[in-house]
Amino acid sequence: MKLNRRRFLELSAASVGAIAYTGHARALRAPWAVPKKWHEGEVRTVYSFCENCFWKCGISVKVEGGKVRKIDGQKQNPKSRGRLCPRGQAGVAQLYDPDRLKRPLIRIEGSKRGEGKYREASWEEALDYVAERMLKIKERYGPEAVAWFGHGSGDSWFVEYLPAAWGSPNAAKPAVSICTAPRETASQWTFGRPIGGHEPVDWTESRYIVLIGHHIGEDTHNTQLQDFSEALRRGARLVVVDPRFSTAASKAHRWLPIKPGTDLALLLAWIHVLIKEDLYDREYVKKYTVGFEELAVHSNKHTPEWAEKITEIPAETIRAVAREMAAAKPRAVLPPGRHTVWYGDDTQRMRAVYILNALLGNYGVPGGFYLAKPPYLEKYPHPAFPLEPAAGGCSGSSGGGEEVPEGYKPRADKGKFFAKTTAIQELIEPMLSGEPYPIRGLVCYGTNLFHSIPNVPRTKEALGKLDLYVAIDVLPQEHVMWADVILPECTYLERYDDLVGIAHKTPFIELRQPAVEPLWDTKPGWWIARELGLRLGLEKYFPWKDIEEYLDTRLQAIGSSLEEMKQQGTLVQKGRPYLKDWERRRRNPFKTPSGKIELYSKTFAEHGLDPLPDYTPPMPVPSGFYRLLYGRSPVHSFAKTQNNWILMELDPENEVWIHRAEGKKLGLRHGEYVWLENDAGVREGPVRVRLTERIRKDCVYLVHGFGHKGRGLRIARGRGASDNALQTRYVLDPISGGAALRNNFVKVVPGAKRPKLERIARLVRERRI
Amino acid sequence: MARYAMIIDLAACVGCSACAAACVLENEAPPGHNRLWIRQRELGTFPDLTVEYRPEQCLHCEHPPCVPVCPTGASHQTEDGLVLVKAERCIACGACIAACPYDARFMNPAGYADKCTFCEHRVARGEDPACVETCPTGCRVFGDLDDPESPLHAWLERAERVDVLRPEMGTRPKLFYLNTPSKTGLHAPEREVES
Repeated sequence: MKLNRRRFLELSAASVGAIAYTGHARALRAPWAVPKKWHEGEVRTVYSFCENCFWKCGISVKVEGGKVRKIDGQKQNPKSRGRLCPRGQAGVAQLYDPDRLKRPLIRIEGSKRGEGKYREASWEEALDYVAERMLKIKERYGPEAVAWFGHGSGDSWFVEYLPAAWGSPNAAKPAVSICTAPRETASQWTFGRPIGGHEPVDWTESRYIVLIGHHIGEDTHNTQLQDFSEALRRGARLVVVDPRFSTAASKAHRWLPIKPGTDLALLLAWIHVLIKEDLYDREYVKKYTVGFEELAVHSNKHTPEWAEKITEIPAETIRAVAREMAAAKPRAVLPPGRHTVWYGDDTQRMRAVYILNALLGNYGVPGGFYLAKPPYLEKYPHPAFPLEPAAGGCSGSSGGGEEVPEGYKPRADKGKFFAKTTAIQELIEPMLSGEPYPIRGLVCYGTNLFHSIPNVPRTKEALGKLDLYVAIDVLPQEHVMWADVILPECTYLERYDDLVGIAHKTPFIELRQPAVEPLWDTKPGWWIARELGLRLGLEKYFPWKDIEEYLDTRLQAIGSSLEEMKQQGTLVQKGRPYLKDWERRRRNPFKTPSGKIELYSKTFAEHGLDPLPDYTPPMPVPSGFYRLLYGRSPVHSFAKTQNNWILMELDPENEVWIHRAEGKKLGLRHGEYVWLENDAGVREGPVRVRLTERIRKDCVYLVHGFGHKGRGLRIARGRGASDNALQTRYVLDPISGGAALRNNFVKVVPGAKRPKLERIARLVRERRI
Repeated sequence: MARYAMIIDLAACVGCSACAAACVLENEAPPGHNRLWIRQRELGTFPDLTVEYRPEQCLHCEHPPCVPVCPTGASHQTEDGLVLVKAERCIACGACIAACPYDARFMNPAGYADKCTFCEHRVARGEDPACVETCPTGCRVFGDLDDPESPLHAWLERAERVDVLRPEMGTRPKLFYLNTPSKTGLHAPEREVES
């Protein structure tokens, strides 16, 4: 804490009184020992939305003495409703992290990518450097030879606005093919609607909830956790299907410890029981769906006895759950989950999930799924971009236009899979092989290349081949320190971003605005994008001078203004959540080819895909290995929060979960350090062993996001193990383009030493505001 | 005068630590310390399991053992039943820390005994403590036991089970745990995994 004269006098006055009070005992302590608390000062509130995960909760940022002191949930915001998870609370620690990137850096001439040798540069020089090389690539190979990766709500400038203006279809987000692609693709071809980022499950109205690989409570999606808790309070029954006794399982009435990779068999058996025992919602199915006859015939073979052999869940339990959910219908729901790239048949698994929901008659009905509607918002009236933005997003939007305009190339991953979504992992290969055409440049905004995309050695090799690699980020993550040019962005608490519209029961728009000025020589993403755009000859797409003008124009167009939004942060509109709301207006929500929920997909059949989901066994576990499962900590967001001291004091490292009996067999002690080695020989760790009853014997589990190796991340570095490092294999989901990650196998190698690391409390000391 | 108390419903708590993070920022706990922490217990054997997430903090006992041991009167109980420390009176002797059966206090490196205050500064403004306000599961409620309108009473009535930590100490804690998932209550059984 900075001690100025005024503050010193205040404190002295306070302590003089204290000395009179307690006599010489005071001498034991320095007179300024009891500092004033921030909340005794003058506190200003700024409304914005959070960026410590992707959920985008509205926040009230408390600023005192020119510093952000605390972040609370914004009461009027439909996402946070005044509450926040630990990551949202801890945003302050990222803002004041001394490890942040502070000024532009250019890799020293002659050094190799990954050596981490940099010199400081001015923004002018750094941006000129990037623009010059980008234009060279464009001249030689075409605009498509620059790929754009982005993650986070600031990424719109770098995966939508700029690439579309520049003319590259190769823009991608890990949020698609390493996360939601299967559930979104399946939803499009079953319901003709996206699931979308907010996941429109009508939790609180539901009476029976079945979670399959859905880690609520460990993934602290704020609103969802609030609604989930409320549903349980209101007496909803909960079934959790998971090879691991997750936090959600600890709240469940039934836990089904399924054999990993066999979920589809269980779902098919449930469909079988609902149909054979005539438990499905006949009226709903007749009115809103097509393909029931085909489904009924198809499901003949999927008896619970058949599923028992595959899933290791007793047939009687399968029947009982099917009957229970039928008894609660339509207020029984199987939520879609988020990270759905598991085994490679993921779109089909998600189709089965949706078919089950449809049989329960819950889609568009209270207690099932509500129909989320995006808010009304106008684009900034800039000249039309040559290409449509192609990156898509969690909501599985199209990923570019139908037709490729003349003079431009289709996306490099086109033809590898059925859907139009973008597969980020498929854009690495062209960097190496030059097929179908070369990708020679990469602009990477907030995407952790070494902690999200599978096969890290391949990614590193690809980075080595590029003509230009630019990283825009807040922290010196390991992959950032491979870039030719590093552009330091300021944090979400120091900047404006583009408006965010949330498809929801009550659609709403959120504003991000700065609570404090940017620290050091960091800049907001919009500024970086615009400055780069001007240097790339794209000035006609940037008719706005600054972000305030841009935002105000968009807001004025819908009858609001930037001034108004700054005061309220969130703008809520009316929704149309249930089928009856649509029918009253004689509108059809199902944008499928048939205009109905497609239990049977003709389109899939026409493309040589299974029109009805069927079970395919997952890759078998080689002997001596365990299947590597992974998940979330409620305290961390992927690999982006492990340098946050507040969060790291709460959860400093991950552990490898091994069943107690297996651990005994291997001679492992609880808490000892081991290495994990995958079947390709990649070794990762050291990581602590957690011997537990909470997991099946055929798999091990790691929380994702730990095991950082970036030298500049002084808190994160060397703590725990990275699941991504062990995911050298993925299976491409041929429908959605998703990279299925649960096809990696590890063995436990004992004998690792506890890593010698600075105590976190010590590292924290210098980080206090 | 009030009799402030807090309830944590363990049926709802998922141990996400939002309360702990909010507390650190609200009350500026020093590095390496926290006024509020989460205990996690795993009970049973596969597949018959229970996991308890239990946030712990000062219980603001009605008979607080930390108060009579204080030689300077820094550690005291307010009329509203809050157990607090007057930092400027504290001589950092550590007697209260030793006396607390719940390990709820720590020595602030600034030279005084520190602990949860039920966010008395917020309560004075009519707000909930920071941990209560932020909890995404809504597993916490704060109020005045003497106020018949307080939601505390409804929560206690609805509960299948009400526990306090170490009731045998005779401290009469005012932090109540509802619906502990374990059949053995809050007591530690022979084998448990803490994390």
